Amino acid sequence: MPHDHHEHFHHEGMSPSGHPYRPDNDTPLTYWQRMEIAVRELLVEKGIATAAEINAQIERMDARSPAQGARVVARAWDDPSFRERLIADGTAAIEEMGIEPDGLKLVVVENTDAVHNVVVCTLCSCYPRNLLGLPPDWYKTRAYRARMVREPRAVLAEFGLELPGDLEVRVHDSTADMRYMVLPRRPEGTEGWPRERLAGLVSRDCMIGVALPRPA
Amino acid sequence: MTIPELTPPDFPPPWPTLGGRFAPGDAVRVRRGAAPGHMRTPWYLRGHVGRIERICGDFPNPEELAYRRDGLPPRALYRVRFNMAELWGDAAERPTDTVDAEMFEHWLEPADAA
Repeated sequence: MPHDHHEHFHHEGMSPSGHPYRPDNDTPLTYWQRMEIAVRELLVEKGIATAAEINAQIERMDARSPAQGARVVARAWDDPSFRERLIADGTAAIEEMGIEPDGLKLVVVENTDAVHNVVVCTLCSCYPRNLLGLPPDWYKTRAYRARMVREPRAVLAEFGLELPGDLEVRVHDSTADMRYMVLPRRPEGTEGWPRERLAGLVSRDCMIGVALPRPA
Repeated sequence: MTIPELTPPDFPPPWPTLGGRFAPGDAVRVRRGAAPGHMRTPWYLRGHVGRIERICGDFPNPEELAYRRDGLPPRALYRVRFNMAELWGDAAERPTDTVDAEMFEHWLEPADAA
């Protein structure tokens, strides 16, 4: 919303546009923040990694986003033989698209008219980061992790996803070496769409399984 | 005790494996073990019966890797499918919904149930 103040009040402690100033973000560092800085500085000091290499790695991690996964889903919708290869060996299939798996062992689970898949890691927060970027904060909460294996339908309903009773819910607990991506169903009315447009329907959440693709 | 029916995938494991002791479709029980140390077998699955969905491949044992050992020889890793009714009894939201989890072979024993 654009600001639309008719009058400007200049109270003590208010900004010129009439909003309270936020306190500066200068609280003391936490234990883990101090440790991260100490380890990073030691790595540089001892010549194990350069500051530029560390920055490059952070940029590389930040560059990964759900858009990569959406590209994979759109191709699977549009190319039946790729879809088969993706389900048989997710890692080889994304490599084929030029995405570096970087050790990712990808299992792709497909939604059908009988099964809805959803992914959780009850032990920690395993997530296909190399494909989808960093996990959302809620994915790492104890509430999501504990409840998704016990009452997935209630949790999905809180995400706004009410599933019909005849659809089987299949929860995937990512407990070891595999990482999971849900291949959602292609929305109706998208016949003949180019892949870029199809990819625009695919959100991060529908590749975790807590949402469906946007309708066409 | 309730065990899901399943159709194993019709493709071979993409990761190297010697084949493992169990085959897709076999009924297995998760051991109730509780050794100290790092384990990747969730409590809520211990003692329960499920069915092998697929063999993923052979991977170093995470219980060893956690202590900087090499975890070798690699152990067979499976995906095991459980019914909600088996895990949560009458509290299950819908008895025939399922949970698939990855389990290493040394946590599994054959279940006699059909």
